[in-house]
Amino acid sequence: MGKSSTLNVGAGAFVLLGFAALAFLTTQTTNHGIHLGTRGSFYAITAKFDNIGDLKVGAPVSMAGVDVGRVTRIDLDTKQFKAVVSMQLDSKYNDIPSDSDASIYTQGLLGGKFIGLTAGGADTYLKNNDQIDFTQSAIVLENLIGQLVANFSNKGSDSSGSSGSSGSSGSSGSAPTPAPSPKPEKVK
Amino acid sequence: MIGELGRSLVGALGGLGDIGLFLLRIVADTPRALLRFDLIAKQVFNSGALSLVIIMLSGLFVGMVLGLQGFELLQRFGSEEALGTAAAIGLLRELSPVITALLFAGRAGTALASEIGLMRATDQLSAMEMMAVDPISRVVVPRFLGGVIAMPLLAAIFSMIGLYGAQLIGVQMMGVDSGSFWSQMQGAVELRDINEGLVKSAMFGIACSLIAVYQGYYADPTAEGVGLATTRTVVTSAVVVLFLDYLVTSAFL
Repeated sequence: MGKSSTLNVGAGAFVLLGFAALAFLTTQTTNHGIHLGTRGSFYAITAKFDNIGDLKVGAPVSMAGVDVGRVTRIDLDTKQFKAVVSMQLDSKYNDIPSDSDASIYTQGLLGGKFIGLTAGGADTYLKNNDQIDFTQSAIVLENLIGQLVANFSNKGSDSSGSSGSSGSSGSSGSAPTPAPSPKPEKVK
Repeated sequence: MIGELGRSLVGALGGLGDIGLFLLRIVADTPRALLRFDLIAKQVFNSGALSLVIIMLSGLFVGMVLGLQGFELLQRFGSEEALGTAAAIGLLRELSPVITALLFAGRAGTALASEIGLMRATDQLSAMEMMAVDPISRVVVPRFLGGVIAMPLLAAIFSMIGLYGAQLIGVQMMGVDSGSFWSQMQGAVELRDINEGLVKSAMFGIACSLIAVYQGYYADPTAEGVGLATTRTVVTSAVVVLFLDYLVTSAFL
């Protein structure tokens, strides 16, 4: 009896451990359930961005490349239609000027987004539940390309506008050189 | 030549049919065996708890290798932070079910096959039959069910330890940001990935346990036969696991 009851206890402990592992996997590796919090003392600040790209909860907040905190929440302000990013900063960095600005940068080429703080010059410091007023949104690659194309087409139409040729938008994008071509090639 | 080929084909089909019938007998006897719960618990302990050390050790090293290799590869693209995602998806979907199944076949499957084979060789099974005790429901089914229960749990433990290993290398040693490591993983891993791992490990558990008890039960009642049954268990299990892995992966994509 004693042998078999220790066996049963062992089997039970094993099954329990297995289910604990499963519970760990479902809650900690996916964004279901509660994540284990970080210890230490923090103070919370928020910042509003026009566009946060693919910034995620848990992303680091850094200042001069040093990790000073984490993003804890991302919400949408339904009046201004801006993203409200809540973050917590380590309490030992409690002398960050209140007019510092927050920008969203990308880690590496394919990496995730993080928030970079740049110190301002004010004498007052950020406190708990303060808001950072100066923000710079994430750079969205599509917008950037759109601006580039728009720039090129503007330049194209400026230089060729004097020659009077009807600069169609199709040809201007692919003609970055301002060579005046009075006879556009025949497009089949 | 052609006749030989045909004969071996018929033999293979016959083996497949035998093992299918054996599975049917096991399933038919399962309700009765469930009443003897202590027998199943003992087998869960034998196949599961006793395999823990090798599973955890292998999981740790697989995770650490994933951490190193993944870090080295991702660093070329400047996206080390994706290490958590890569390690988690690799482990959950592929590595932990397959490696756990292979280790399970080696550790628990061989033990099952040789144990049942020895029972056959020493006429214990015949003795049971003479006492009107059905050896299938008394010996085979508890061992089969124990393996089926233990395997997914072992795979889950493997994944967890593997993630810890990847985190150990990536975050503690290579200096990947721990917040990015976990948050990118949590953003990319879905319940579906965990399901895929669970389905795989459950199927591998059924396959490995079935092959082990089948090989043991039908082993030649000689020392050589038991040895052959053990070898066949490992070889067949490995091939079947990798084949099933392909099937399930393609079904999940």
